[in-house]
Amino acid sequence: MKVTILQFPGTNCEYDTKSAFESLGATTEILWHKSDEIPTDTNLLVVAGGFSYGDYLRSGAIATFSPVMQAVIKYANGGGKVLGICNGFQVLAESGLLPGALMRNSGLHFLSKHHHLKVVDNDNTFLKELANDDVINLPIAHHDGNYFIDNKGLKELYANNQVLLKYTDKDGNISNPNGSIDSIAGVCNKEKNVFGLMPHPERAMELLLGSDDGIKMLRGFLNA
Amino acid sequence: MKIVVNVSLKNGVLDSQGKAVHHALNSIGFNNVDNVRVGKQIIFDLNENNEAKAKSDVTKMCEDLLANTVIEDYSIEIVK
Repeated sequence: MKVTILQFPGTNCEYDTKSAFESLGATTEILWHKSDEIPTDTNLLVVAGGFSYGDYLRSGAIATFSPVMQAVIKYANGGGKVLGICNGFQVLAESGLLPGALMRNSGLHFLSKHHHLKVVDNDNTFLKELANDDVINLPIAHHDGNYFIDNKGLKELYANNQVLLKYTDKDGNISNPNGSIDSIAGVCNKEKNVFGLMPHPERAMELLLGSDDGIKMLRGFLNA
Repeated sequence: MKIVVNVSLKNGVLDSQGKAVHHALNSIGFNNVDNVRVGKQIIFDLNENNEAKAKSDVTKMCEDLLANTVIEDYSIEIVK
């Protein structure tokens, strides 16, 4: 199992992501954004979190035009599995690989804390080791996590089981930290090979650090 | 020619920065303020003499990069 992790100027979660996947037995490679191809032995491509290009213009907007993104789009359109975490989710939404957009948090504050999430749909590679309605606890750390999609798009997300996770309290009741429409924290594309979420599963790999709920999520890709 | 692009959130998309500025204006006594929207302005020189070509180039720039049309509207001003 080979996980390739993208690195843009300003990415800062690539080493956490590398460590998380290596702890599960995967081999990893960090790929600088100037590369115009994805290593052929890649089983999963991760767009890691951070602040690519300083979040200039809009979070993720400039990274969309890095050389590597043409290769990422080709890889995803060919059925390759792609996971975008936090800024990676913003990049995938900006590039059109995932529907919707991430706006400034409704409270205008940068949020950095653990938050509970409810599994909405586990019929996919990413969440298959969890059950629907399972409540998990992951760190969130973002300024632009306010997910928006128009009504028509929202209906399509539900119709195609593309809503992955919602922000909740510990009992699974909706609790919305950032104003996201329907409290949505993560979505996938219609073909279910491109996944994006604002919370950080790669930072939830050890109980000592507050949660190990990320293990089951990332392991889904390893047992694909 | 000089190009001015204005980008703002679409109507119907909650503009939380606009709302915060609105409250702040109210709190310093400007109670006659309503519907504050915060946008951004992008200004640049374009080496192009043909106005129609300029318009179509800048429209493409807006669609591809300067605005995210899922959430934002844009307007283009050509300053001579």
